[in-house]
Amino acid sequence: MAQKGFRARGWWKWGALATGLLAVSLTGCGPQYVLLHPAGPVARDELNLMVLASIAMAVVIAFVLALLGYVLWRFRDRPGNPAPYRPEWTHSRWLETLWFVIPALILTVIAVPMVGQTYALAKVPPKSDPLVVDVTSLDWKWLFQYPQSGVATVNYLVIPTGRPILFELTANSPMNTFWIPALGGMEYTMSGRVLPLWLEASQPGTYWGRSGQFSGVEFEQMFFQVKAVSPAQFQAWVNQVKGQAPAMTLADFRRLESPGTVGTITYSAYPASTFPAVTHGFTLDGGMYMVMSNRPEENQPGAPMSMSSQPKASSAAHARSVAPSAGMSVQPMKMPMPSSTPMQ
Amino acid sequence: MSLPLERELEGMPLEFANHEESIKITGFWMFLVTDVLIFASLFALYAVYQGGMGGGPDPAEFFHLGPALFETLLLLTSSFTVGLSIWAMRRGQTRAMTAWLLVTLLLGAAFVVTEVSEFVADVAQGYTWHQSAFLSSFFALVGTHGAHVTFGILMALALLVQLSQRGLNAITARKLFTFSLYWHFLDVVWIFIFTVVYLGGKLT
Amino acid sequence: MQAALSYLLHTLFPPTVLRPTELGADVLILATGVIIVTVLTRQKKWGWLWREWLTTVDHKKIGVMYLIAAIAMLFRGGVDALMMRTNLALPSVHFINAEEYNEVFTTHGTIMIFFMAMPLIFALFNAIIPLMIGARDVAFPRLNAVSFWLFAFGALLFNISFVVGGSPNAGWTAYPPLTELAFNPGPGEDYYFMSLFISGIGTTITGINFLVTILRMRAPGMTLWRMPLFAWTALCTSALILFAFPPLTVALGTSLLDRLFGASFYTLGHGGMPMMYVNLFWLFGHPEVYIVVLPAFGIFSEVVATYARKPLFGYSAMVLSVIAIMVLSYGTWVHHFFTMGAGPGVNVFFGLSTMLIAIPTGVKIFNWIFTMWGGRIRLTVAMLYQLAFIPTFVVGGATGVLLATVPVDYQLHNTYFLVAHFHNTLIGGTVFGLLSGLYYWWPKMFGYKLDERQGQWAFWLFFLGFWITFGPQYLLGLQGMTRRLWTYPFGFGWHELNFISTVGAYIMGAGFLVLVYNVLWSMQHGERDLTGDPWDGRTLEWSLPSPAPEYNFARIPVVTARDAWWAMKAEGRANQVKRVRPEEVAALELPRNTGMPFFLGLGFFIMGFGLVFRWWWIGIAGIVVVLASMLWFGFDYDDKKHVHPDVIRRTEAALGRLEA
Repeated sequence: MAQKGFRARGWWKWGALATGLLAVSLTGCGPQYVLLHPAGPVARDELNLMVLASIAMAVVIAFVLALLGYVLWRFRDRPGNPAPYRPEWTHSRWLETLWFVIPALILTVIAVPMVGQTYALAKVPPKSDPLVVDVTSLDWKWLFQYPQSGVATVNYLVIPTGRPILFELTANSPMNTFWIPALGGMEYTMSGRVLPLWLEASQPGTYWGRSGQFSGVEFEQMFFQVKAVSPAQFQAWVNQVKGQAPAMTLADFRRLESPGTVGTITYSAYPASTFPAVTHGFTLDGGMYMVMSNRPEENQPGAPMSMSSQPKASSAAHARSVAPSAGMSVQPMKMPMPSSTPMQ
Repeated sequence: MSLPLERELEGMPLEFANHEESIKITGFWMFLVTDVLIFASLFALYAVYQGGMGGGPDPAEFFHLGPALFETLLLLTSSFTVGLSIWAMRRGQTRAMTAWLLVTLLLGAAFVVTEVSEFVADVAQGYTWHQSAFLSSFFALVGTHGAHVTFGILMALALLVQLSQRGLNAITARKLFTFSLYWHFLDVVWIFIFTVVYLGGKLT
Repeated sequence: MQAALSYLLHTLFPPTVLRPTELGADVLILATGVIIVTVLTRQKKWGWLWREWLTTVDHKKIGVMYLIAAIAMLFRGGVDALMMRTNLALPSVHFINAEEYNEVFTTHGTIMIFFMAMPLIFALFNAIIPLMIGARDVAFPRLNAVSFWLFAFGALLFNISFVVGGSPNAGWTAYPPLTELAFNPGPGEDYYFMSLFISGIGTTITGINFLVTILRMRAPGMTLWRMPLFAWTALCTSALILFAFPPLTVALGTSLLDRLFGASFYTLGHGGMPMMYVNLFWLFGHPEVYIVVLPAFGIFSEVVATYARKPLFGYSAMVLSVIAIMVLSYGTWVHHFFTMGAGPGVNVFFGLSTMLIAIPTGVKIFNWIFTMWGGRIRLTVAMLYQLAFIPTFVVGGATGVLLATVPVDYQLHNTYFLVAHFHNTLIGGTVFGLLSGLYYWWPKMFGYKLDERQGQWAFWLFFLGFWITFGPQYLLGLQGMTRRLWTYPFGFGWHELNFISTVGAYIMGAGFLVLVYNVLWSMQHGERDLTGDPWDGRTLEWSLPSPAPEYNFARIPVVTARDAWWAMKAEGRANQVKRVRPEEVAALELPRNTGMPFFLGLGFFIMGFGLVFRWWWIGIAGIVVVLASMLWFGFDYDDKKHVHPDVIRRTEAALGRLEA
């Protein structure tokens, strides 16, 4: 009857679905699958964990699908189905324990390395000398500052290969996330806070980064390019910038702060006050935290830098000194910020 | 309807003896659960924002224990008098019940007046919630409590009118009982506000 | 005068040019309104509408109103989705501009969660739960109507934002500081906070109502351990609502204080911390995920037992796992922001607690499969949705475990992988569940079956469309495409999969149209259900006629077993239960209709609209209407109508259920 005809058609559709999905997944793994082609140790570790978890989950999915298919085939309500009808069989302690324990075991396989990885990724590898890059997300552009050399860029990054990069992330705008998928996972940029993130590029190349957190009408423009070059080339680039590019003034910074988009810009120097001063430390569980050292709201009502958890006393003592360099005026550590309501 | 449950309830106070009204009391408890969570969230905001002074005053210079102590006294007393009102209701003494309810209401009104004048004085000094997250969370927490008390007073007024119109029956008895639950609850919240916000604020 | 007029025009139609989509919506809404008003007037139906529907307190009618509203919202949210997918079909398509896109993805998410999924769940709760547990109505029928009207007017307020003043445009989560006045000066976000605030109050009341109904109004003999799974999930959902909505209310309320009255909770300056909003929001938001999926679990538990002709496998384990999920769901909210700088200790804790939820969920999946083992599976449309749900939800759960793996989440957070994941659980879980429930209970709600053949078409379009839409989105996530992008350039290689995804979305849209056709066609030609038990059901609602009379049960049945109705049939007592002797019929008190809930909702609407535009006097007028309605509520002692036994006897006789 109709039931039977439908059944044949049904299976055909399931088959079509499976073929379609297979076809789609076979197109995968090209270079556009940026998460599958890590270019640094952080992204590689994250990918390895992803592969492990995917395999474990694929086993679960395959098992459930097979079981479901079998049950469906065997126990269909059709005339003359020889399978036993056992409406009284309503529980089995043994089976139910089994499918409580097995998922737990599978999850343990994922959970154990997850714990280790999470702690490992929280801090820069010891005994390395990370390059520090201060990142500020603005409406709608990225400002990158290199405190060790004093140069700054907008909407593009140049980093040396083989050396951990410690990004210190903050915002002077609504939230964004800072993400270079080829190098590793993302972290939020939030005004009033400085969050650390370390990444490293193993090979030279050009990668891209963008924001993952919607931040307004030009959000699509929160995009930047990352050029990973050899340490020697990196030093050459810094020297070249110092020699040729103009220095950023506070007025320049204010222009960057105002909503809008710009192309790429290079500066040979920047006022230290354009990034909150931070100190580094390590918490007991191995994670790194940062403390903003200056609390401008005391003398500057309305300034956005305010974190309730910072110890008041540590301000001046822990202020990180920005390596002084030519063309850079070291100013008091104070955040020049727009009034809290820029629209007014 | 004569469900078996209803027979079990015979001999219980008026508001519980009626199945339908007793269900409403259960419902009111559930409402109180949601209100507890509202205040818990506001307390959480306050706890986090205690350090978020912005450009505003810090707790030690902001709080005045005097009015707060007076408010505590008013509210604790009113919690006692509403208990007396329920006690009178259980014994069928309608006049005492009404009188104690009236006293409760007046004490509540005095509480609200004190609180509002405290707020007005703060604002006159320039302490508004625009100034800092700390003040925002303070005004939101204490203000929400004050709004609850005000609403409670309106409830009690409406209840007084209904009691005078209809006397004591299962419905008015239930309404008075749920009002007393609400009032005791506000008292408990205030005790937390007084200790955490005022005393805690003075100590820091 | 002229200044006032220009101010009014300026506010209603902000200087951003009148956009074609907005104009289209205006025309569509106006046309629909005119048609409805004309039809009602010509048919002289206004009185009928007011008496029978707008003032009703009957849980079955309120359920129908929730259903209609939810389907309308599904349409609106679906059109939003198609607009987004059209814009993303190819690189640099500018079908709508960035501003419109931002509004559309915000309204899509908000509507689908708050104004589609929630009311659809409440539709089924209202229509079925009292019948299932053997009650005459919910515990608080008038508050039930209040809940509905708060939802309805909240939804209305949210929807008019599109044509009056502009929609919210910061995503359904509305993170500050993007939603602060400084960055978002239009009325859109005010609409968002206000409408969710209003409908959230209604939802909280619904939670209280069903919690009390299930705890206190069950038929004699129906102990908690004999309760059908759907009632159990309704109970746990209500408890979740009770605990989850207050933090949301505070998050929305404080945001409104920031925007309307200049407070500094989440502003950039003055010590405000946007992170606090994020915490409060997800303290609600994660339980909310289970609020919408637990009822679906309950529906599947009923559907699979009925169509496999076998009691639910492992009933106790099923109940315990629902409770476990309910409790655990409060301990996972930080997994929505692993990338906000919490230390590894915090992240690991929340990663593990999230994985822990997978275990009770896995138990449920296996129990459903083993309910079918040794059964006789009938492939009705309701059952098809169940069968589609299992693999879809398992994939959603598996990708959820991937996202719970903290370092993996660093890479996948806010990408299309995440988008695909939560659509997999929300569509594969909630929507498939609700559609399954609709096909299953439709005869009980309306007295006729939905056509199975058309239903199968709708199902296959919807199911295949779903996978064609969201399968590629997982891969887009691996290609690094982040969510909420209004367009993308050619260079990323994202276009192929996006195109496939868009095709899938249109297939789902076609599925929706077939579904609506199915309903309209079946209304005329569908098979009438005269038995009251078309599927050979297992629970009490199937012992009643379809649709059930206003008083539900002429005589409250006494329950002796789990799967009460199945047991009655097995013991040969079915006719005894269904038929009532004239002398058994007693007079009844039923709740009397009232206009109060409608006016209460209207008052909130007026208040909300006034506050959105800072027209304070309108806002105050709204508050006055609200307070007046509450007073009316308090002073109305005449809230019952008495039904004479003869009326019940006549009704039962007409249904052929009165013993001669």
